[in-house]
Amino acid sequence: MDLKDLYRDVILDHNKRPRNFGVLAVPPAHEARGANPLCGDTLRVWVQLDGELVTDVKFEGKGCAISVASASLMTEAAIGHTRAEVQAQFERVHNVFTHHDAPLDPALGKLAALAGVRDFPARVKCASLAWHTLNAALAAADADQPAATPPTVQTE
Amino acid sequence: MAGHTGVAVTASTAANAQPFSAAEVAALRADFPILHQQVNGKPLAYLDNGASAQHPRSVIDAEADYYRHDHSNIHRGVHTLSQRATDAFEAARHKLQRFINARSEREVILTRGTTESINLIAQAWGRSFLQPGDEILVSRLEHHANLVPWQIVACQTGAVVRPIPITLDGEVDFQGFLDLLTPRTRVLALSHVSNSLGTINPIEKFIAVARERGILTVIDGAQAVPHMAVDVQALGCDFYAFSGHKLFGPTGTGVLYGREALLEAMPPWMGGGDMILEVRFEGTTFNTLPHKFEAGTPNIAGFIGLGAAVDYVQRIGLARIAATEEALLHYATAQLLAVPGLRIIGTAPHKAAVISFVVDGIHPHDLGTILDQEGVAVRTGHHCAMPVMEFFDVPATARASFAFYNTPAEIDQLVGALQHARELFC
Ligand SMILES: Cc1ncc(COP(=O)(O)O)c(C=O)c1O
Repeated sequence: MDLKDLYRDVILDHNKRPRNFGVLAVPPAHEARGANPLCGDTLRVWVQLDGELVTDVKFEGKGCAISVASASLMTEAAIGHTRAEVQAQFERVHNVFTHHDAPLDPALGKLAALAGVRDFPARVKCASLAWHTLNAALAAADADQPAATPPTVQTE
Repeated sequence: MAGHTGVAVTASTAANAQPFSAAEVAALRADFPILHQQVNGKPLAYLDNGASAQHPRSVIDAEADYYRHDHSNIHRGVHTLSQRATDAFEAARHKLQRFINARSEREVILTRGTTESINLIAQAWGRSFLQPGDEILVSRLEHHANLVPWQIVACQTGAVVRPIPITLDGEVDFQGFLDLLTPRTRVLALSHVSNSLGTINPIEKFIAVARERGILTVIDGAQAVPHMAVDVQALGCDFYAFSGHKLFGPTGTGVLYGREALLEAMPPWMGGGDMILEVRFEGTTFNTLPHKFEAGTPNIAGFIGLGAAVDYVQRIGLARIAATEEALLHYATAQLLAVPGLRIIGTAPHKAAVISFVVDGIHPHDLGTILDQEGVAVRTGHHCAMPVMEFFDVPATARASFAFYNTPAEIDQLVGALQHARELFC
């Protein structure tokens, strides 16, 4: 195991300069919150929809390099895609995190940089938190969740 | 007995105690099999003793020997093995009583750990004696184990929990405590040594004030007992709780010391076997102390191991342990402060060998992974002390916590690993 597999340049770069860091107004956007109580990470993810199209995603929060970079990469991967495409990407990413030997799907694109966490089981939760939170924000859109009580996702 | 060290032990008092020499530390390390391994291709530097300490061979052997030769249930059989097991278990209690200088074995309740000890007090004492509006003072420095049980019993009784502030260097604020006292103050819950920052609180003066006013004093000694001689009579507290596994003993063992009169006045907490004298459907009479608070089959082997751990630390000497750890603390503090961007959280004048720190631009969780790759085990996170993290406005810290078997070379390994992390990140 090499640390450089985990902390690839893409990860370090997105940690230092997170993309789409900020907030969206609710409504029209939808929000969910994520927390990793073990390490104290907290995350807020906003998603803006136009029908089936994800037009914008933003996030805010405190966390380790893996969780910040994963959230940042995720926003880039989601914006401008349909919900179905985002869902497919979620599943690909999830598969990478949870299957040690799964071959990397070329459709992952830049997200393949996250694959290093597979060798660091204690860190998978850091990487997956943002994705679960985005999922919850999309579910909130379906459920017409009141803005005052965004759903909260917790990793344990 | 296995696990002899090559260290010549002389009686030493705290004042004149010398740190162990490098040769003595090497001999002591030989008693701890787990320390001699590679982690991620590097020699293990175990600097997470505050979370759980490692076991000398004599402790491991005491447990294994018990299972090989003497195991049976205790207090309930006339056969030979049961008698042997009972004797060994009660011998461990006796060692623990002497270790903390309790007046008698009736004052030494054996529990699963600090957490259970404090829950026992909160439930058995608190539910009986707390009234709505009574005030429980809990320091902001406490481990969640000395906070959450009080929140629970406050909900159950209508009592209220009030936080005692801490100072910027991470000590419980004595004046802040005095300012909080009211005629309704009933409980003071205070740690002897903070697990998150290492602060040694001057608990004697808090206890003196509390006693004068009839306030129950509950001291969390989990981080103190492994590192300094503790005399509960000299401290004068009502309750003192600690865990075996931080004292080089097995997990699932702990102690609750309580003043006998208080324990007598408290109803049992858990009911079941061992804690009764006579059971009828019309009514049950409870066993005498300490058994009244020990329902069910305990961790017999664990306490026999803990007895061996007490023997071990007494043989090598708590005063020398303390002197050795203090030297490690000074060395580590100086070395860590030389790392650019590193900030130590918790700078009280009196500290145990615990250093909590953050490094600019690197989240503690990332530090934990990088250090682990270098063979260095530290704890990262909130250390079960979220109010402390909130006070210092950090989400988490990295924490190195030392034992007498750690070496300056391991501290150098930690510092080298931190430099490595900085190269990667900064
Ligand atoms: C100060 C303090 N109190 C309480 C505890 C809880 O101890 P245990 O988990 O052994 O019950 C710990 C251990 O983490 C501690 O350091």
